[in-house]
Amino acid sequence: MKNHVWRPLYIAIALVLLAVAARFIIVPSDFGVHERGYMYGWHRKSNEAEWKAVTVKYQTAKSCIPCHKEKYDDIKDSPHGKISCENCHGPRLGHPNDPKRLEINRARSLCLRCHTKLPYNGTLRGSMKGINPDTHYPQAECMMCHYPHDPRRQSHGQEVKR
Amino acid sequence: MVHGELWTIKEAFVYPNEYIYWSIQIVMYPFMTGLVAGAFVLSSLYHVFGFKQLREIARFSLVFSFALLPCAPLPLLLHLQQPLRNHHVLMTPHFSSAIAAFGIVFMTYGMIVASELWFVYRKHFVQRAADLRDNWQGGVEHVSYIIFNVLTLGAYDIGEESLHRDEKAVKYLAAAGIPVACFLHGYAGFIFGSVKANALWMTPLMPVIFICSAVVSGIALCILSFIVVSRLRITLNNWKIRHGVGTPAVSEMKDAELAIVTQTSRYLLIFLVLAISLELLDLIFRGYTAVKSWDILRSVIYEKDFVKIFILQYGLGNLVPFILLLMPRLTIRRAVAGTLLVLVGVFMMRWNVVIGGQAFSASFAGFMEYSLPIIPVSMETFREGLFGALFVVSMPYLLFLIFSRVMPVFDPGKVKNNL
Amino acid sequence: MMNRRQFCKKMFLVAGGVALPLAALELFDPKRLQAEKGGKGDTRWVFLIDTHKCVGCGFCVKACKIENEVPYDAKVSRTWVERYVVTKGGETLIDSPNAARDGFTSSRSDQNHNGLIDIKNEDIAKAFFVPKLCNQCDNPPCVQVCPVGATYQTADGVVLVDRSWCIGCGYCVMGCPYGVRFFHPVHHVAEKCNFCYHRITKGMSTACVDACPFGARRIGNLRDPKDPVTKIITTERVGVLKEEYGTKPQVFYLGLSMEVK
Repeated sequence: MKNHVWRPLYIAIALVLLAVAARFIIVPSDFGVHERGYMYGWHRKSNEAEWKAVTVKYQTAKSCIPCHKEKYDDIKDSPHGKISCENCHGPRLGHPNDPKRLEINRARSLCLRCHTKLPYNGTLRGSMKGINPDTHYPQAECMMCHYPHDPRRQSHGQEVKR
Repeated sequence: MVHGELWTIKEAFVYPNEYIYWSIQIVMYPFMTGLVAGAFVLSSLYHVFGFKQLREIARFSLVFSFALLPCAPLPLLLHLQQPLRNHHVLMTPHFSSAIAAFGIVFMTYGMIVASELWFVYRKHFVQRAADLRDNWQGGVEHVSYIIFNVLTLGAYDIGEESLHRDEKAVKYLAAAGIPVACFLHGYAGFIFGSVKANALWMTPLMPVIFICSAVVSGIALCILSFIVVSRLRITLNNWKIRHGVGTPAVSEMKDAELAIVTQTSRYLLIFLVLAISLELLDLIFRGYTAVKSWDILRSVIYEKDFVKIFILQYGLGNLVPFILLLMPRLTIRRAVAGTLLVLVGVFMMRWNVVIGGQAFSASFAGFMEYSLPIIPVSMETFREGLFGALFVVSMPYLLFLIFSRVMPVFDPGKVKNNL
Repeated sequence: MMNRRQFCKKMFLVAGGVALPLAALELFDPKRLQAEKGGKGDTRWVFLIDTHKCVGCGFCVKACKIENEVPYDAKVSRTWVERYVVTKGGETLIDSPNAARDGFTSSRSDQNHNGLIDIKNEDIAKAFFVPKLCNQCDNPPCVQVCPVGATYQTADGVVLVDRSWCIGCGYCVMGCPYGVRFFHPVHHVAEKCNFCYHRITKGMSTACVDACPFGARRIGNLRDPKDPVTKIITTERVGVLKEEYGTKPQVFYLGLSMEVK
């Protein structure tokens, strides 16, 4: 060691080598530049599969029909036929094995999502049938009078006012 | 509770996911890097350009800059949601991001400062190691013996030629460090200036404004610490005179001190003017071109943040110290007041950029207000609150205390012959 | 001495070069660069929103939160619905209470700190709802600014976040002009809409599309000319949000208005 001046540099080089070595251990082998290039595709490839493997919770109304044919027939031709079962009853995941998992939601707030009258002409909302929740039987559950699967029908023998 | 919800007050329409995500620690980050850069530049003035008057302060500011150094990324660590993954920046850097090169630039700079310190203090390390070996006492001394032995890196030669080489190396490293220090900081400006989604941040002037205000704050802190150091020296000398050791002239030292402060404050003023001109240019340009975002920016700048921008930053932080430092026959007391206000001004500038940039919604239809968490009731309120910021500010002093045990800064007797 | 100084200089260049991680060199792989131009493949997911059809029921937001495990009561959401009410005086009031998770059940506009503001029916000049979600931009600025490669775009155009690699710096949150990103309250990493990647890659629709009773939301494949969504985008007058940022958003809107932010 004739010249000591280089010693800090040796340490610097050792640190860089250490970082490079750490890279081999820490960085997953499938990490790299993928389809969208370095700017937009620099990532760990297996993460895509991880996202694809997320559990599907909402399994669509179609999956309800095999067991609940009568309910399907009940609703399919009604104005509410386009509302997915899971919107009001919750996601189907786990329901066939544990039927109680899904409750029957009778809350007013559910109906008010669409049927609070908002006078917005030019949108579908403006032309939908709606009420003022503060004055329209505020204490009552909607389904005491209205049959949710088919609003054209009355619920408990009471005629629905149009 | 969602991150950011605790300290964000929304007004009118703000996108549901918008909160003030970059808070006090991101204000601290450019402030601290600015101080690091400034302290280093001052020490380089002596080593590279040979400003002899700065001899004492040069050694001080080099060690202080090294103590400040780990405190520049500290706010970032406190800010990260996953601080334990910070090494990912070095492992898989994505260079299209302005943050990606931070680790590399920072480490390079750290290595430069560390090696420079090693060359400055190598003789001291060798002497201490030899001293401890000759007067062997064991116990705690044994630990310090090992420490100093390691610090010599096995280079025990402290002959004339060898020390001359050290000097050369210091000179070279100090010169190389200046552009790196500036880059480190201009780069912090780029991190903000390149965010196209933020109407207030996006301007190519941002890196330049950041460098200028960094130099301003760095020089201010150095003047301040220089005054503190020379006051300590004067006190020391008074003590020596009283005890009949040596005969230094206190009046001469006071004159020298004032001369340096006056001279250095000239540089400060130049950079202050530059920084203010650029900031005003930016403001005028925005008002004149009045693009889509101007309506909301105007209400933030001239209404919501008026006090913070025009009173605290430009008034108290720029105009008042400008007058204080420019008036003839500068006194030490005025210099202290001036530099302190400059530091406040630069801090407020960082605040108004970082927090001000998030004071309005990206929808331009609403505002967000930041209420700084004061009492640290949880980890989050500590990290992103007042005490987290105070922790960051106090760290350099703690580190400086530790470093100065190994690398004496104040005791002139021990390092008298070294450089 | 001069010699040594020059040597010093060179050594610093070498040290700097070594300090650059090997990853940087991959930038210059010609094969990769060609891949970057992209545009091939047979799938590019896009979204179509018909604002005329949206009634602000918020079933899409509810379904999204549950489907994608975003805590139900957390005040963030991958998708949301905005209500625009423009008065005859020319004032525009926008709101999205709780991201419209429970729909719009009141005529009062939630102005956050400014309180609830009611507008009389006769004062309303126009009013409408606008659903929002990630635009899966062709030039995603959020991906560009990620310092560690934790967020990226897949070959079919969806921007995803690697939860095991994100450091939580928030740069992507800042970089998105649409405000679609946030920190996940449980995982403490960046979170965003990914067009229900687990569903669309199984041949299903997104949870929000399935939940919408009015067909206001639709998803399609831009590279399939027979796709009904593609047909609308290519033949009808559609708009996108904040075009001026150069992000090339891929969520298209029918019935966009100048008030929409």
